[in-house]
Order: sequence, then structure tokens, then C-alpha cells
Amino acid sequence: MSEALLEVNHLKKYFPVTEGLLNRTVGQVKAVDDISLTLQPGETFGLVGESGSGKSTVGRTILRLTEKTAGEVKFKGQDIHSLSSVELRLLRPQMQLIFQDPYSALNPRVRVGDAIGEALLDHGLCSRHEVRELVLESLDACGLSAYHIDRFPHEFSGGQRQRIGIARALILNPDLIIADEPVSALDVSIQAQIINLFSKLQRSKGMAYLFISHDLSVVEHLCSRIGVMYLGSMVETASRDELFHSPLHPYTKALLSAVPVPIPRLKRERIVLKGDIPSPANPPSGCKFHTRCPFAVEVCKAQTPVFRDAGGGHFVACHLV
Amino acid sequence: MKHLMNIEGLSTVFYTEEGKVAAVDHVSFQVREGETVCIVGESGCGKSVTAMSIMGLVEAPGGKVAGGKIDFAGEDLLGMDPNTLRAIRGNEIAMIFQEPMSSLNPVMKIGEQIMEPLMVHLKLNKKQARLRAIELITQVGIARPDQIADSYPHELSGGMLQRIMIAIAISCNPKLLIADEPTTALDVTIQAQILDMLREFKASGGMSILLITHDLGVVAEMADYVIVMYSGKVVEEGGVVELFNNPKHPYTKGLLKSKPVVGQRLEELYSIPGQVPNPLELEPSCYFHDRCEQCLPVCRSRQPQLKELDGGQKAACWLYEEAEVHV
Repeated sequence: MSEALLEVNHLKKYFPVTEGLLNRTVGQVKAVDDISLTLQPGETFGLVGESGSGKSTVGRTILRLTEKTAGEVKFKGQDIHSLSSVELRLLRPQMQLIFQDPYSALNPRVRVGDAIGEALLDHGLCSRHEVRELVLESLDACGLSAYHIDRFPHEFSGGQRQRIGIARALILNPDLIIADEPVSALDVSIQAQIINLFSKLQRSKGMAYLFISHDLSVVEHLCSRIGVMYLGSMVETASRDELFHSPLHPYTKALLSAVPVPIPRLKRERIVLKGDIPSPANPPSGCKFHTRCPFAVEVCKAQTPVFRDAGGGHFVACHLV
Repeated sequence: MKHLMNIEGLSTVFYTEEGKVAAVDHVSFQVREGETVCIVGESGCGKSVTAMSIMGLVEAPGGKVAGGKIDFAGEDLLGMDPNTLRAIRGNEIAMIFQEPMSSLNPVMKIGEQIMEPLMVHLKLNKKQARLRAIELITQVGIARPDQIADSYPHELSGGMLQRIMIAIAISCNPKLLIADEPTTALDVTIQAQILDMLREFKASGGMSILLITHDLGVVAEMADYVIVMYSGKVVEEGGVVELFNNPKHPYTKGLLKSKPVVGQRLEELYSIPGQVPNPLELEPSCYFHDRCEQCLPVCRSRQPQLKELDGGQKAACWLYEEAEVHV
């Protein structure tokens, strides 16, 4: 196998819980608790989970937008979290982030062309004369027109703004794009356009995606490997086909069965989970999922299951598998 | 089945700085007793405004219901005086919204908020209302009802708050429950719980549901009858099985094809080109014409009417009109 583009080993990110006048630390929220994943060049890894599972924090910690608590993030062999700020800055153009809400990710007073070209100039990757040409190229690749370059963000629809967000990441020619729920705020017909844009760009430019989403159908469409997170931990990682056709973890099964399918009168077995996702500040003992798991037995309450290979690169953390 | 609500030619307009917007444009449909009708469409198609118009929640001077009739169980909701309408609202017609957090009063205890409609509409006294509220909390599947009744909205999760909203909505045994994107803000596992619960209440109480959603998966699961809206107009309607198996309007076809489905991966998703037209710039035409692959010359100049086709489905599309208009 070629060298991995991104290697995340036992990454942890705890947020302190403070209380009182003196801000004493009284506990920790284990937002990311021992996550490992690898991403090959040109591959798409999907990270799914419900709100509060820590999937966005994984993305932000990988890019060192927040400092890690423990573990290691290697991008092309370099440990991102031990780089100096100058070294990190040199590496930044190669790893880009696309946000969920294209409305708040753009400065309303900056023309779209300037917003897209800004990073190139900031990183000194091109001169002022060349920038317009490159912005136009990037706009075109993202399905926007040349006359959009001098407009302001409010003149665009949600789908177009997400295209601007993608153009802005794309112009730096990154090797890795972390996309955090990039299509969740969009309507179905626009969502399909943006999903297709993501796959088209990957075919032509060959960058890798870490695609964070709560929507399994979108993830299935785009990703070759998928990891399922629950309360800060990875519960299952497998190739797309494995995960969708023979899921092993009860949580993955429940998630899959909960997604509504647009086929009326479809009879299917549904695992309805009881209750809500517990608070990550006070996660259940043993297997964190045991409070909602329909198959939980005694050992699940007491022991944390080991995340292990169940055969053929299909990893799962469950006592029952 | 008997008609519970009959909406005819409903039009709601908003006055903006740039001009008049017809958010709902001559919309007609029926809801029968014990039936779940889903209105599906993308943002800005007028599905929520339709619900607001039914509830009399479109506020002047920004907007107003400009025309049409809403007949609910034999009474015209639009011509009704505010006091009579208040007696129906929350009683015979209840509504739940997308954001449970912003629909509940943050400084009022959960229990009191459930008790309010019981005391106003059913004339229960405080003690009876409290008992009934606790029953209702149990009914929507929340443990420790006494404790929950004494807590404030910020102490509960989104899924629990939506359950409380449902408890309030069903408290007076409404004939019609209007649910505007009730699960959009929730996780899928919680969504499954809430949808199951709505189905149960419908089956046991015999109420009708008008469910507004953008998610075709939710529609397929819940609906008996489906109404597809686009730019303030109904473009297609029909029974859920017919509509999903044999969609007529190119927009409905496009919507169904562009939705990624779990377990049915395609190399490339179909996508409808372009985007929803600006509501200020609508011309007499089929509003979908510039995104439609089967667009005819007539589509650019005249608006198609909603027409019944074979099989009972209705569609507003020139493709299904008599041959002469095509020339």
C-alpha cells in the first residue's frame, strides 16, 4: 500500500467542564475519545454519527483548529500537532475545510472573487495579476459563471454559496479536504448537484475527502470507507459495501434501519432505539451504547469493548460480535 | 372517507420592499378524516405558509391571505371572527413546529405549558389539568413524568421537547394535527421514534395529519396522500403509492431521482439543473420550465392547470394536455 495521506492514531480531545467563580475544572467532556483512522491519497472516508457524537470535533482537531488532548495526527508523515506555527502555515494550503453553513462561512462584505482568491495571495502562492485567472478557473470547475466573480455573498442561493465554499478550498489544490456536513443545509435537488460536484472534482483532481455527515445515504454515495461514531468513540469502521450490507454493530444497524426510504408501504425490520444519546459529560460505563442497545447483556455494562478487526479490515467495538 | 378540510384557491401574499410575493398561489386540496396528507417541496415552495394560513398565523401588514376558502368541518376558517378561531386553534386543529426549542416558552415549566390548553379549551381545573398533563407526558414515552412536568425547556433534549410539543398538540384530541417539519432538526434514531409515535396516535385517535416535509423518505413512510408544491403552486398530487411508483410531473420525477437512497448506490446522482426561480420575477408560465428537460414552447408562456389524469393522480403540466396546445 502507498503511504497514507492522513493517519490518525488514538486521537483524544477532552473539553474541561468548569464551574463556579474561580472556573475550577470539575469534569471533562470526552468529545473525541480514542479515534484512529487512515486515509489514502484520493480516497474518501465518511464519518457518520448523530449530533454530539464528536464527528465535527474530529475534523477540527485533525486540522489543529483546536489542540488535541492526546494521540497523534500525521499528514504525509508529519505530525501536525508538533509543528511550529510557521511550519503549520506552510502545510495549511494542502488541507482545507468546507463548512456546513455556507451562509455564515462567507464574509458578507467581501466580493466572492476576493474571498476565493484571498488564500492564494495570503500564502503567496501567486501574484496579484494571476489571481483573477485562477479564481475564474476555480469558479468554472465548481459550476459558477465568470460574472459571479464581483458579486457579494447575499446575491447567491444556498447551493451556489456552497459552490463558493468548495471553490475557495479547491483553488489551493489541496490533497485533503475535510467537508463538515457540506450538504445538510441544502434542498434535495441542490444536494444532488453538490454531491455530484464533489465526485467530479475528485475524479479530475484526485484529492482525498474526509466527509463528515449524519446522513447515511449521502455517505454511502460518496465514501469508500466509513466510520460510525457514538459518543466520541468509533464503534465500527468498514468498507462501504461491508458496512451497508453486513453491519456488525447494533448501533450501525439501528442507524441504517432508521433512515426513511422513499418507497411507500415498504415492510422492513426496524430497530427503534429507546431514549436519547446520553450526555458526553457523563457517558455510561462499559460500552457507551449499552443504555440504548436492544441486545445489551451484563458484560456490556461493566467492560469497554475493544475496537478490533472482525475480519477483512472490518473493525468493530462490540462484545457480541 | 369524509372530507375534514377542504381548501379551495388559497392564496397568501407577502409585501416585501422589492414587491409582492405570492407565497401560496391558488392552492386547493382536501384532507379526509383519519388520513395523513403530506405536503412536500423544497424551501420557499410555500408549504409552511400554507400551514400558517390554515392556522390564521399569517400576520398583517407583512402578509395576508389574499383569497380562497378553507372549509374545516363545515366552517369557513378564513371568514371566522378571531374568538371563534381561537376556540378551534389548539383544540380541533393543533400544530407542531420544526424547532421545539423556540416553540415552547423558556421561562415556563413544561407541565404548565401542557396544562394551559387543557384549562382553556377543556375547562379543566388546575388539579385535573396537572393529572392529565402527567398522563400525557407518560403517553409520549417520557419516563419520570412528575419530574419532567416541573422542569424547564432548556433542561430537556430536542427529541424530548418535540415529544412535549406532541403531548400539547394531542392534549385536546384534535381532529387535525398540522406538523411542520417535525423531525427535521432531530437525529435519525429520534426521528424514527417521533414518526412511530405520530402513527400510533393517528391510528388510536382517528385524527388526520397534515405533515409538511422536504424529506421524501418521511413522505413514503407516513403519507396516504401526497401534495407536491413548487414556487407556491401545487404541481402534482395523488395517492402515495401511485405518486412514488408513477410520478407524472417532471419536477416530482426529478425529486425522486435526485434523492440518494440507502442501499441503492448509483455512480452519479440525477440532479435537477438550475434552481428555484425568484418569486419576484415570476411570469405567466410553468414555473418549472427553465429546469425542465421536457420543456415545450407553451410552457414558457402559459401556466398549466392542475388536471386529473388517468389513475386519479393530478398534475399541472402541459405534457399531459390535449395535443392542440402543443402547436
